Amino acid sequence: MNQELLTPLLILSAFLFFTGVYGFVTRRNMISMLMSAELMLNSANINFVAFNKFLYPGKLDGMFFTLFIITIAAAEAALAIAIIIHVYRQTKSIDVKDADQLI
Amino acid sequence: MNTILGLIPVEAFLFCWILLILGLKISGKNSGGLYVNLLLLGVLVAIGLVAFPAPNAQFGDLIHVNALNRFIRGLLYLGTFFIVIQSSSWLKKHDHAAEFSILLLVVLSGLGLMVSTGNLLIFYLGLEMASIPLAAMASFNLTSKMSGESGLKLILSSAFSSGFLLFGISLIFGLTGTISIAEIPVNLANSTLALIAMVMIFSGFAFKLSAVPFHFWTADVYQGAPMGITAFLAIVSKSSIAFVFLTVLFPILSAIQQVWPTVLIALILLTIFTGNIFALRQSSLKRFLAFSSIAQVGFILMGMLVPSEKAAVSVLYFLVVYMFSSICIFGVAQWLEEQTGKDSLSNFKGLYKENPFAAWSVALGLFSLAGIPPTAGFFGKFFLIGSGFQGVSVWYVVLVGLNMVISLYYYLKIVKYMFMNEVIEELEKPQMALPLKISLGIGMLAICFLGLSNWIVNHLSNLF
Repeated sequence: MNQELLTPLLILSAFLFFTGVYGFVTRRNMISMLMSAELMLNSANINFVAFNKFLYPGKLDGMFFTLFIITIAAAEAALAIAIIIHVYRQTKSIDVKDADQLI
Repeated sequence: MNTILGLIPVEAFLFCWILLILGLKISGKNSGGLYVNLLLLGVLVAIGLVAFPAPNAQFGDLIHVNALNRFIRGLLYLGTFFIVIQSSSWLKKHDHAAEFSILLLVVLSGLGLMVSTGNLLIFYLGLEMASIPLAAMASFNLTSKMSGESGLKLILSSAFSSGFLLFGISLIFGLTGTISIAEIPVNLANSTLALIAMVMIFSGFAFKLSAVPFHFWTADVYQGAPMGITAFLAIVSKSSIAFVFLTVLFPILSAIQQVWPTVLIALILLTIFTGNIFALRQSSLKRFLAFSSIAQVGFILMGMLVPSEKAAVSVLYFLVVYMFSSICIFGVAQWLEEQTGKDSLSNFKGLYKENPFAAWSVALGLFSLAGIPPTAGFFGKFFLIGSGFQGVSVWYVVLVGLNMVISLYYYLKIVKYMFMNEVIEELEKPQMALPLKISLGIGMLAICFLGLSNWIVNHLSNLF
C-alpha cells in the first residue's frame, strides 16, 4: 500500500474542515452556512476513510462510520433546508441578519 | 436472549408505537387528545420496561445494558412524561399532535441508544437521533417567526458542533485504530495530536451541553421554542449529555489528564459567572431560565474535575434533583404563559394571592436551584463542590460560593414577585388541570424528600 498518500489526504481534510469553520462563521446566508457545516462533516469522512485504508487495512470501523455519517448528514441537510424554507416563508429572506426576532 | 432485539426492548416498543401513531394519522384520525394520550401511554410503558429488572448484558461492544444506564433512562423518560403532562393542553390544540408525538418518541429512542452505548459510532447515532428531531420540534409553533428561527439556530449549531465532534473522533480513530470506548484509553498514547482530538471532542460536547464559551445558541433557542420543548431541552436533553459526558468522555480523557483540570476549572468559573450575570438582567422568562440553566451546567461540570465514583454519584444525584426542581418551575411557567400569552417574568407577579399552590411549587423549585439548605438542591451542590474541589485551591470554592450568592438575588426576585407584589392586570385564571397539579405535587414532594433522606444516594452508589 502506498503510505505516502496518507499525508496529502490528511492535509486536504484539515483544509476542508477549517474552510468549513471559516465559512460557517463568516457567511451570512443560511444555505452557505449549512454547506459549510456539511463540509466539516465530509472532512471527517475523508479522515476516516484515509486512516482505515492506510493505517488499519484489516478493519472496517472507519468505513462504517463514514457510511453512517453520510446518511445522517443527508437527514440533517433535509431538515435544515425544510426549516430554512419555513423561515423564508415568514421573513422573505435567507439572510441570517433578517432572522433577528430573538434578542 | 442474545439477539439485539432482546437487548433493546424499549427501542423496539417505541418503534412499534411510532408505527401505530403513524397508522392512525394516515387513516385520518385528527383529534389532538387521542395522540396526547397515546404518547403518555407510550412513555409510561417505556418507563415500565426500563424499570423491569433485567440482567446486565451487552451486544458486542455496541450496546451495554446495566443498572446504571437503566436508571438514567428511567430518569429521562420520567422527565419526558412530566413535560408531556404539563404541555398537554398546548399539544391538544395543535393541529400536528401526531407528528409531534412521533418526533418525541424518536428522540426518546435516540436518548436510550446514546446513554447505553459502548462505542463511539452508536453514541454518534444516538446523539443525532436525539438532536435532529428536536430542531423540528423547536419550530413547531408554525405561525410564530420566533419559533422557526429557534429551530434554525438549533439545527445549524448542532450540525456545527457535530462537525467538531466527528473530526475529533476521526483523529482518535487514526491514533488508536478503534472506536470502542473500552479500548481507546489502552491504545491512546499521549501526543499533540491526541490533545487536539480531545479538545475537538470536548468542544463538541460543550456545545451540546451549552457550557461557556459555546453557549451562544442556548438563550435564543430556548426563547423561541414552545415552552414544552424549552423544558425538554433544559431538563432531559441536558441531563442525557451530562451523563454521556461521564461515561464516554471520562474514560477517553485519560490521554490529557495533566491539562484537563486546569482547563475545566477555568471553564466552570466562566460558565457559572456568565450564566449568573446574564440571568440578572433578563426580563424574558425563557431567557432567564436558559441562563440559569447555563449556571447549573457549571455546577454539573464540577463533578467532572476528579474522576471518582463519589463524583459520579454526586453528578447523578444533582441531575435527579435538577429534574424535579425544573419541572416545578416549568410546569407553572407554561401554565402562566398560556393564560397571559406573554413570555415575561412579570407573569409571576401576585401569583400567591391567586394560586398559593402554584406559588409554593415555583418557590420550592427556585430554592432548590439556588441551593437553600432544607431542599434537595443544597445537598446536590454540596456533594458536587465537596467531590469536585479535592486538592485545588480554596479560592475556587470561594468564587463558586460568591456565585451562589449572586444567583440567590435573581431567584429570590421571582419569589418576591410572587409573594409580595400585587397583580398588574387582572386576568381570569382558570383552575389548573388535575394532572398538572399532580406533577407539581410530585415535584415538590421529591424536592423535600430527596434532601432529607439518604435513600437515593445509597441507591446511586450501589449502581457503580
